[in-house]
Amino acid sequence: MVASTNISIQTVWQILATVTDPEVPVLTIMDLGIVRDIKIMEDAGIEVIITPTYTGCPAMDMISMNIKLAMVEHGYTHVKITSILSPAWTTDWMSEEGKRKLKEYGIAPPKGNAGTIAEDGIECPQCHSFHTKLLSEFGSTACKALYQCQDCKEPFDYFKCH
Amino acid sequence: MLPNPNSKYPIPYILHLADSTLILSQRNSEWCGHGPILEQDIAITNISLDLIGQSRNFYRYAASLIGNDATEDSLAYLRTEREFKNLLITELPNGDWGQTILRQFFFSTYQFYLFQQMQNSNDGQLAAIAAKALKEVTYHVRWSSEWVVRLGDGTDESHQRMLHAIDELKSYTGEFFVPADYEKEIGLDINLIRQQWEEKIKAVFEEATLPYPEKTFTQTGGKTGIHTEHLGFILAEMQHLQRTYPGAAW
Ligand SMILES: [Zn+2]
Repeated sequence: MVASTNISIQTVWQILATVTDPEVPVLTIMDLGIVRDIKIMEDAGIEVIITPTYTGCPAMDMISMNIKLAMVEHGYTHVKITSILSPAWTTDWMSEEGKRKLKEYGIAPPKGNAGTIAEDGIECPQCHSFHTKLLSEFGSTACKALYQCQDCKEPFDYFKCH
Repeated sequence: MLPNPNSKYPIPYILHLADSTLILSQRNSEWCGHGPILEQDIAITNISLDLIGQSRNFYRYAASLIGNDATEDSLAYLRTEREFKNLLITELPNGDWGQTILRQFFFSTYQFYLFQQMQNSNDGQLAAIAAKALKEVTYHVRWSSEWVVRLGDGTDESHQRMLHAIDELKSYTGEFFVPADYEKEIGLDINLIRQQWEEKIKAVFEEATLPYPEKTFTQTGGKTGIHTEHLGFILAEMQHLQRTYPGAAW
């Protein structure tokens, strides 16, 4: 057992970089920008401050649990997860690395900045054609829209700007 | 329920916001597995998910102000029909797809302008919930307005159905803008919301070749717990597990 008092915040960041999103398992929670802060509490416990991607995102409970499990694996048992809503999460916080991984995984990464609702010119993650069409505003999860490539005909998910 | 001196918004108002989103979420979820096509089945249930997320945020906030072991679950599952403060329009049966779409458009457009103001409120928690929800509501407005246009300016049948939906629903929209007592001192400009709402609805109706009925009767009561006969059935279904097996968890 490692006593929490000996932990450095840097180590916690490193551990959290191994926790992945249950719905998009190629992305870590660091790629997504969900972890907002890490604090060592007065009683030497660790507080991890996270923010939900979407208000109703059902993955958040699981992400909290996975953070705790990852910390326990490294011997840190006294971990508190605090969820904050402000400032609201935005796709702008997604790392470039994360966007690259998304694309490789077959999901088109968010295009443009938060607040823009891009509809045209979404690149097909399969054949890289920009000749694509929005099929549905809502895809397999709340954070994605469903597109289809007009060239290779493959339907694909697009991670919406948010 | 005693008001908490620290609360900037009255607890009944926060419950009203929570109840409206919970009940509409429950209604929309009835479409799960029944949508006209798979993509739209997924869309309406995704909207349900967004709405239940909003209601959880509002209930948690209300529970923190109420104290006394109140939780998001106790507020959703253990209050009676008379205690629910949701807008009447949210509890009406879904009707056909056109009616479901039109209700979503009316409600989401109202939420859009309401949350635009609320995100600047002095009440930090409510402002945060509103700012977060606004991002999702923007998509709900866009999706539902496109469907209103598609159905209104579609076939004779779809146009007729939209006219019917307007008849069924329009008189329930006035309630958005008739403040309950607990709403009077919250510092929101309800008249401005009404103006913006009407402008948006009229613009989309025009594109959809649908008439906007200027003068309609206004049904009220939901905000103060006077409901249609429909709410009791929703609560019976939604609450029966917690009432039969108190504290049940899985
Ligand atoms: Zn392609």
